Amino acid sequence: MSRPPGRKQENHKISRELVVLTYGALVAQLCKDYEKDEDVNTCLDRMGYGIGVRLIDDFLARSAVKKCRSYSETADMIAQVAFKMYLGVTPSVSCSSAAGNEFSLILDKNPLVDFVEELPAERASLCYCNLLCGVIRGALEMVHLAADVTFLQDRLKGDAVTEIGITFLRKAEDRKHKRN
Amino acid sequence: MAIFSVYVVNKAGGLIYQLDHYAPRADTEKTFSFPLDLVLRPHDERVVVAFGQRDGIRGPCPRRLFAIGSQLSPEVGSSGIEMLETDTFKLHCFQTLTGIKFMVLADPRQAGIDSLLRKIYEIYSDFALKNPFYSLEMPIRCELFDQNLKLALEVAEKAGPFGPGS
Repeated sequence: MSRPPGRKQENHKISRELVVLTYGALVAQLCKDYEKDEDVNTCLDRMGYGIGVRLIDDFLARSAVKKCRSYSETADMIAQVAFKMYLGVTPSVSCSSAAGNEFSLILDKNPLVDFVEELPAERASLCYCNLLCGVIRGALEMVHLAADVTFLQDRLKGDAVTEIGITFLRKAEDRKHKRN
Repeated sequence: MAIFSVYVVNKAGGLIYQLDHYAPRADTEKTFSFPLDLVLRPHDERVVVAFGQRDGIRGPCPRRLFAIGSQLSPEVGSSGIEMLETDTFKLHCFQTLTGIKFMVLADPRQAGIDSLLRKIYEIYSDFALKNPFYSLEMPIRCELFDQNLKLALEVAEKAGPFGPGS
C-alpha cells in the first residue's frame, strides 16, 4: 500500500469494531432521517455505488487480476477474491439461471451484522447491508458490466441464509471491444 | 537514465494529469497543430512506428495514439498501444480494465517501467480515488498524488537500466 512520502512500511490496520460501529451509526442515522425503509435502502445503495466506483480500481491495482472472460468467472472473482480482500469472508457462488447471467452469493458470515440481532419491528423491510449491493453494482459498472444486485434473503429478516443476487444485464458478446 | 513525463488519461480520452519530470534540453520552441505525421517502417518482423520529428521536437496526443494504434495493429482484437519505441524515447502505456490509461515517456534504456506503471495505478487508486473530494474523470489536483508519484519516479530512476521487470 502506498504511504505518505518518507514513512517506512507500517501495518495500517483499523479495528474491525470501528468499521462495524461506523456502519451501524450510518444505518441508524439514515433510519432517523428517512421514515420509509425503501428510502433508507435506496440511500444505502447509492452510497455503496459511490464507494464501488472507486473501490474497483483499488481492487484491480492490488489484486492484479486478469480480465474475466465470463459472468461466472466474474461472480467467482467477486466472491473469492474481492469479498476475501475487503471483508475477510468468502461467500459461496451458485448460478441460478439457465441463461448463465444470474448468480447467488451465499454469505455464511457477514462482519457488518456481527452485533445486530434482528431488525426492529417497524423496520421490517430494511436491507441492513444494502451498501454492499451498491458497492458491487458500482464496481461492475466501472468495468462495463451492468448488473442488478439485491438481497434475495437476509438472516436479519428471519431467512435461513443471507443471499445476494447478481443479475448481469448485458450479453457477454457486448463485452468485446469495450476498451477504447 | 530518466523518466521524462507521466500522463493519465481518463475513459473519455481527456488528459487528467500530466507531470513533466525531466525535460530534455530544448534548443528551439515551436507551436504545432495535430495530427503529427506518423511513418510506418517494418523492423525485425514488427511494425515500428517512427514518429515524424520536425526540427527535433515531438509531442504526444494520447487519444489519437490509442485510436490509431488499435487500427494499425496487425493483431485482431488489439486494444491499443502498449509501447512506442523511438531513438530518443520510449512511450509506455498501461490501460486498466476501468478504462484509465497511464502513460510514461522515458529514456529508451530505462527499465522497470512496467512495475512503475502498476505502482502509479496504486498511487492513483489511493490518493486520487480515495480522496472524497476528487471527482472521477476530472483533472487530478491532489497534492498527495503529486508527492507520491514523484517519489515513485525517483525510485524507478535510481534502479536505472537494471531495474526489476522491463
